Amino acid sequence: MISKEEVKHIAKLARLGLSEKEIEKFQKELSSILDYIEKLKEVDISEVEATSHPLFVENVMRADEPYQGEDGKKLVSQSPEKKDNFIKVKSIFK
Amino acid sequence: MNLSNLTIKEAHKGLLKKDFSALDLCKDYLKRAKEKNKDIFAFLTVNEDLAVSQAKRVDEKISQGEKLNSLAGVPCAIKDNILLSGIKCTAASKILENYIAPYDATVVKKLKEKDAVILGKTNLDEFAMGASTENSAFGPTKNPNDEERVPGGSSGGSAAAVAADMAIFALGSDTGGSIRQPASFCGVVGLKPTYGTVSRYGLIAFASSLDQIGPITKTVEDARTVFEAISGKDKMDSTSVDFPEEKSSSQKIKIGVPKEYFVKGIDLAVEKATKEAIKKYEKMGFEIEEVSLPHTDYALLAYYLINPSEASANLARYDGIKYGLSENKIGDLLDVYLKTRGKGFGDEVRRRIMLGTYALSSGYYEAYYLRAQKVRTKVIEDFKKAFSKVDVLFTPTSPVLPFKIGEKVEDPLSMYLMDVYTISVNLAGLPALSIPVGKIGKLPVGLQIIGKPFEESKILDVAQAFYGDIY
Repeated sequence: MISKEEVKHIAKLARLGLSEKEIEKFQKELSSILDYIEKLKEVDISEVEATSHPLFVENVMRADEPYQGEDGKKLVSQSPEKKDNFIKVKSIFK
Repeated sequence: MNLSNLTIKEAHKGLLKKDFSALDLCKDYLKRAKEKNKDIFAFLTVNEDLAVSQAKRVDEKISQGEKLNSLAGVPCAIKDNILLSGIKCTAASKILENYIAPYDATVVKKLKEKDAVILGKTNLDEFAMGASTENSAFGPTKNPNDEERVPGGSSGGSAAAVAADMAIFALGSDTGGSIRQPASFCGVVGLKPTYGTVSRYGLIAFASSLDQIGPITKTVEDARTVFEAISGKDKMDSTSVDFPEEKSSSQKIKIGVPKEYFVKGIDLAVEKATKEAIKKYEKMGFEIEEVSLPHTDYALLAYYLINPSEASANLARYDGIKYGLSENKIGDLLDVYLKTRGKGFGDEVRRRIMLGTYALSSGYYEAYYLRAQKVRTKVIEDFKKAFSKVDVLFTPTSPVLPFKIGEKVEDPLSMYLMDVYTISVNLAGLPALSIPVGKIGKLPVGLQIIGKPFEESKILDVAQAFYGDIY
C-alpha cells in the first residue's frame, strides 16, 4: 500500500489539487492498481530493448524555412487572462 | 424515399441519380440527430449552419455538373477530441467546456476537401479515457440497441450516432480499443488503422505512442472509403507515414486464432458467437490455425503503465493559463495550477494522471515505465511470430456484451480488464477492425480482425468476405 504522503507528493508533482477525502480514495485505488501491475515482474526482460514507438524510429527532418502558421491572435484569444497580444501569467517572484 | 439507413455508397449513388439533394439528405439527418439525441445523447454539439452550408455547396456542384467525390454530401459526425475550426471542442471535459477549436484537424480538413457534410461533434469518455462513455463530464451516451446499456467507449458517441442513423459515418480515435469496442457494442464497423497512417494533427493528444484516428461506418466498404480519404503523410504530424505500395497477394489467406483470447473471463455467449463466425470462414475455404500470443495478460499491465504515463505528460498542458478553464481569482501561480486541474478533470482522468506521474517519478521509472516498454517489445515479438505463420488474426473484440449504465463505474480495475483483446494491437501499432457478426438478444457481438502493419486492405477484404462479398 502506498502511503498518504506519497499520494500527496505525486499529486503535487502532477499539479492536482486534491481534498483529504480524495487523497484517501486515490491511496486505495492506486494501491490496488499497482498491486495488480506487480505481475509484470514475472516477465524476463533481461535481454530486451525498450519500445517507445511501435513501428518506425527515424528522425524526421525538414528545411528550416519560415511559413505562415496558425493565426497567433486566434490562439492568444483563447487565454483566460490576456493583455494586447500577450498571455498574462501571475507573478512568480514574491 | 427512406434516407435513414443509407450507406456512403448508397448516398453517393442517390446524389448522382438526383433521387435526393445533398440538402434533403443533410436536413433529414439533422432532424433525426436532434430528435434522437434527447434519448441517445450521441452528440455534444450539432452544428446546423455549417452542415447546411456544406450541403448547399455540394448541390451547387451537382447542378454545375462537377465531378463528385464519394464522400460529397454525406452526413458525418466527428468525435469531440478532434478539432473542427470555429466549433467547440471539449474532449468531454469541464476543463475544455468552452474551448473553441482555432483550426481544423488534418482529418477534418481532408473531409471538408472531399465535401463531406459535418453534422456535429460526438460524445466520448473524458479525454478518451474509458470504455463506456460514462466518463463524459456531460453525461453518458446510450446504446441504441438497448438504451439501458452503454455504447462502449471511448468513441461511444460516434458508434451510437452511426448505429442510430444519426450520421452515415463517424470518426473516432483508438488508443486501446476506443474505435473497435464501441463499434462492437453498437453493431457497426470500426477500423483502427496502422499507427502513423492517419495524421493526428488536431487530435487532442492522449497517449501519443498509441493514439490513432479511424472510421466508424455501417459497412466494411464504407470503412475503406473513409480510411482512404483520411490517410496519408502530413507535414504537420511527424509520426505520420506514407502508405507503402501494397504487395498484391493472390495466395490463400490463413487465419490465426490466438488461444490466449479464449480463456476465463470471456462471456460464453460471446465466445460461441465468435467461434461460429470463425466456422463460417472455415466453410468458405479459409485455413484456420491456432496460434499463441503468450504475453497477452502482461500486455494489459504494460498498457496500463504506458498509457497513463504518456497521458500524464500530455495533459500537463491544461494549466489554466493558455486556454480552457481557469481558477485564477485567488492565490499564486501554483494555486492556479492546483485549483484549475483539481476542478477541471474528472475522476478517471485524475486517476490516470496520478498513476502516470507515479510511474514516471524519480525512483520508479525503471521499475514501472521502462519495464512496461520492454514488455511492449515482447508483445510485438509475439505478433511477429504469429504473423510468420498466418496472414490475419481473429479474436473477439470485447470479452463481454454491452453492460448496464452504472454497472462498472465504481470499479476502475474491472473496466481496465475489459480492454484485454484490443490493447495489444495499439502496443504493436497494428491495423485491426471490428465487424458485427451476430446478436445475443438485442446485443451485438463484434469480431476483431488484426492484420500486419499496412495491411488494411487485406483485413478489409477478409471482413467483406463474411458478408458474402467477393474480393
